[in-house]
Amino acid sequence: MSRGLAIGTFLTLVFVGLACLSFLWIPYDIETLEISNKLKTPNAQNWLGTDHFGRDIFSMIMMGARTSIAVALLAVGIGIIIGVPLGLFSAARQGSFLDELTMRGNDLIFAFPSLVIAILITAVFGASAVNAIIAIGIFNIPVFARLTRAAALPLWERDFVMSARVCGKSDARISIEHILPNITNLMIVQGTIQFSLGILAEASLSYIGLGAQPPTASWGRMLADAQTLVSIAPHTALVPGLTILLTVLGLNLMGDGLRDLFDPRIRVGRA
Amino acid sequence: MSLLNIRDLSLSIAGVEILHNVSVDMQPGEIVAITGESGSGKSLTALAAMALLPRGAVAKGQIFLDKVDILATSELELCAIRGRKIGMVFQEPMTALNPVKTIGSQVAETILIHERISKTEANKRAADMLRRVGLEVSPLRYPHELSGGQRQRVVIAMAIVLRPKLLIADEPTTALDVTTQARILELLKDLVVSFDMGLLIITHDLAVVAEIADKIVVMQNGQIVETAKTEVLLYNMKHPYTRALFNASTHRVVMPDVITSGTLLSVDSVVRTYSLPRNGILGSRPNFNALDNVSFNISHGERVGLVGESGCGKSTLTRAILGVEDVQSGWIKLDGEPVFSGKRPNIDVRRKMQVVFQDPYSSFNPRHRVDRLIAEPLHVLENAPVGKLKDLAILKALDDVGLMASDAKKFIHEFSGGQRQRIAIARALIIEPELIIFDEAVSALDVSVRAQVLDLIAELCHKRPLAYLFISHDLSVVRTVTDRVMIMRAGKIVEHGETEKVFTNPQNAYTKTLIAAAPRLPEITYAIEPV
Repeated sequence: MSRGLAIGTFLTLVFVGLACLSFLWIPYDIETLEISNKLKTPNAQNWLGTDHFGRDIFSMIMMGARTSIAVALLAVGIGIIIGVPLGLFSAARQGSFLDELTMRGNDLIFAFPSLVIAILITAVFGASAVNAIIAIGIFNIPVFARLTRAAALPLWERDFVMSARVCGKSDARISIEHILPNITNLMIVQGTIQFSLGILAEASLSYIGLGAQPPTASWGRMLADAQTLVSIAPHTALVPGLTILLTVLGLNLMGDGLRDLFDPRIRVGRA
Repeated sequence: MSLLNIRDLSLSIAGVEILHNVSVDMQPGEIVAITGESGSGKSLTALAAMALLPRGAVAKGQIFLDKVDILATSELELCAIRGRKIGMVFQEPMTALNPVKTIGSQVAETILIHERISKTEANKRAADMLRRVGLEVSPLRYPHELSGGQRQRVVIAMAIVLRPKLLIADEPTTALDVTTQARILELLKDLVVSFDMGLLIITHDLAVVAEIADKIVVMQNGQIVETAKTEVLLYNMKHPYTRALFNASTHRVVMPDVITSGTLLSVDSVVRTYSLPRNGILGSRPNFNALDNVSFNISHGERVGLVGESGCGKSTLTRAILGVEDVQSGWIKLDGEPVFSGKRPNIDVRRKMQVVFQDPYSSFNPRHRVDRLIAEPLHVLENAPVGKLKDLAILKALDDVGLMASDAKKFIHEFSGGQRQRIAIARALIIEPELIIFDEAVSALDVSVRAQVLDLIAELCHKRPLAYLFISHDLSVVRTVTDRVMIMRAGKIVEHGETEKVFTNPQNAYTKTLIAAAPRLPEITYAIEPV
């Protein structure tokens, strides 16, 4: 295992662990405001200090991890559940009208700046975690559809697929039995990377107030709240900022590491 | 004085010794052939002679090229030697050339690296050399505009433009058609004489070896088992492995007499055309006739061969017969049913036909176990066996092709190429089809493995009447396993008839060239009679 993969997996596990732990225990309730205790720097009681309402930042990071991970995970889920079958279908019917339609539809979605459209969607349908999930998820669909199609096309040329066709198997069955298992690696890697992008997108939407609404904790909004306080209490901005940075870094390192691990050509090169 | 002298070369990669005490000695103007099966270390020996070793390889011993010990020379000095004193020709002419540079400039590049001359002069010399290797096209052409044989000539021109003393050719004709192969071998022989070079040729094809080499080196598992002058070796083989190798490459099988009854497959005036890219933006779209009015029949129990060079339409015909692609006109029927039935596969046809492909590495889904792989065709059966019966069917299929019951739970990467081809045959046999298409099914195998697979096919024919279409470019293989043969060229069947008759008395001019171009092993005698 490469060092990047080890560090990435460790960072990812830390934040996933924090999110899971928040269901059982958090140091302080984040819905109780204690204004007298506001803007404390990190100390023995509040490990990462408190914000302008006197809430414990560490507890908020834990609760925010929950939101971030849930939003990103569901958004990736939408992308995979809709995108992968679309890609498989396009590859099976390569060159057909429906393939063209699917792929040009993808191009259309790709052509829009994803965050701007996500803002549009949440602005029109209201700011909430669910709408954020849908908005981010829509942009994951073409990513997975295109990747699936690109990975499936060369597999369709392989002899084992030809042999399955000679056996009279339908295209749908070949896609599920022969194509899908051979592209899973790729999907895991892309899923990891899209997951990190999802966390970034969720943070961005929350930052402008279009993500999860208060009192639900969110890293992006913590950052937004801290914006005016940077000069007097820099830790209120630094902590959520670094959290986002480390999570995304961890996921990207893990994605890269997994790709190297799965790609036999790179593996041989290193041996 | 010897030109190349490899003394006691041992080579290990990551602690595993791959070459053991290899010694080769060659004189100027001599053609030495290193032969052996895949994994015997023949290519590695050739790479070692250029000091082009894989990373992590540790070499012991000495390699003298013109009195210079290559292994004791620095990389910088080696760069001056490579290209100037040693030239190399690779197997795959498709990938050995840079697609975005003209062939003339690629040859000129070799000159410019080693000599301080003007570009114009280098280009002029490159053009001369391209003419010398028999290329009659402009040096301003790009590699993709040339055929495989022409590209190989460019690669040879690059290798010899500086008149190296030693030319190393690694399987130089393996990727080429037989008629092209014959011409390239002729060119190499001619160049050796006129440039007084030494030629070290690496090839698995013993017929090529016997035709071209002055001296033969036979390798097995990283060791040299026998070295001798060609005329001595051919008539006086000492090592049992050499004999086994030569035996296997002239292997003939005994087929049962053919019993035919009624037409099984009928191909009736089939035409398949592909449209090519437009000539310019407003130009017309030219058509390419891959299959041009092809008609033939295969009867129940009949074994038919189909021979042709690359691009003759063999693959298109295979795909059409398998019913995975439609044809523009004509009919292909199996037992009266059309093989192509649009998007919905016709189960009746599927039940009667199976296929074995060339490449044992891409024929199987790497994520399935052997039992699942060979049971795949079972689902077309009306009452497919399930549970115990299915396991029994799998065991029987494995047993039929000489594999063990314990192999059923293994993954495909655990098998060698020959074993994989057996598994492919097991998969084809499991539903007892009427017709099997062997699409270059033994072409990617080593000679000894190929002999075993041919034996297996013969054995299966003895067990039950089996009709097959055996598609191959290898004339000797087709000759031994088929009753009837068809010769294909440019989408047309130019000759067909009983195999022996066609081979001994070809009528068509193209068939004659094809048979004449195929390298043949001379009659071989043995020092000790083979057992």
